[in-house]
Amino acid sequence: MSDVAERVKKIVVEHLGVEESKVTENASFIDDLGADSLDTVELVMAFEEEFQCEIPDDAAEKILTVKDAIAFINEHTK
Amino acid sequence: MFDLTGKTALVTGASGGIGGAIARALHARGATVVLSGTRREALEAVAAELGDRCPIVPCNLSDADAVNGLVAAAEAEAGTGLDILVNNAGLTRDQLAMRLKDDDWSAVLEVNLTAAFRLSRSALKGMMKRRWGRIVSITSIVGVTGNPGQANYAASKAGLIGMSKSLAAEVAPRGITVNCVAPGFITSAMTDALSDDQKARLLAAIPAGAMGTGADIGSAVVYLASNEAGYVTGQTLHVNGGMAMI
Repeated sequence: MSDVAERVKKIVVEHLGVEESKVTENASFIDDLGADSLDTVELVMAFEEEFQCEIPDDAAEKILTVKDAIAFINEHTK
Repeated sequence: MFDLTGKTALVTGASGGIGGAIARALHARGATVVLSGTRREALEAVAAELGDRCPIVPCNLSDADAVNGLVAAAEAEAGTGLDILVNNAGLTRDQLAMRLKDDDWSAVLEVNLTAAFRLSRSALKGMMKRRWGRIVSITSIVGVTGNPGQANYAASKAGLIGMSKSLAAEVAPRGITVNCVAPGFITSAMTDALSDDQKARLLAAIPAGAMGTGADIGSAVVYLASNEAGYVTGQTLHVNGGMAMI
């Protein structure tokens, strides 16, 4: 597992208070991990802070799963 | 009741009459109070009176970059996260609407409303993480009743009320409340500028028969900032001696 994936999962576990085993790459923040709209905003902001990048609103809307987040960050932080 | 020991507050416009009184009230309940304003000397005078727990961070609220950095600067000075934000700073540029210049409209909206939004946005980030926060904006009775010559000021104060309700709904699940305090006729530099005739007419309209004081506003802010007021959000607490019962 890449370093980015590990860091993303750590943030998700911390912010949503879910068990690490549930944070699979295909897990949906809202459907599988119980996030509400406020949680998703917090997650995006936490990703921005951790990876020193900016996630525009239209991109943030498409980040629905753990995998989406990892993919966006890998693409935009090289 | 209403103990704020261990909490950190930021008060804008803390060099003014009402702002200074709010800072004193929060400080008296045990909070660390970061004093902000444009006049460093006036802030230093308030700080000298309070003694400890009152760092100073001057800021020009019409400078967007300075405003966006103010919460971080206050947290750095206080050495802790910000728990309580009091958007108190305000200015007036009174003129009848037909003669009101665009600049006077924009300047009032920028400081009274836009800066309050920017500060709230910054403050919410840390409050969300800590699952506790209080934002109190000082609006005005005229934001609800209107007042001739104050289209810009009244709009900015009504704007604070609408903004606070929206923010309150957004962040309520995180233990953060967002409220307003609406002073009526309070003795301050702003009301000193009114003519004697205006003052006499206003006093006749106040059932309590007297002007309010900064301390009356400070007490209302302490209440809304307290743990005890945790279930009160999106509200406007009118402190006006019965001048308007809304």
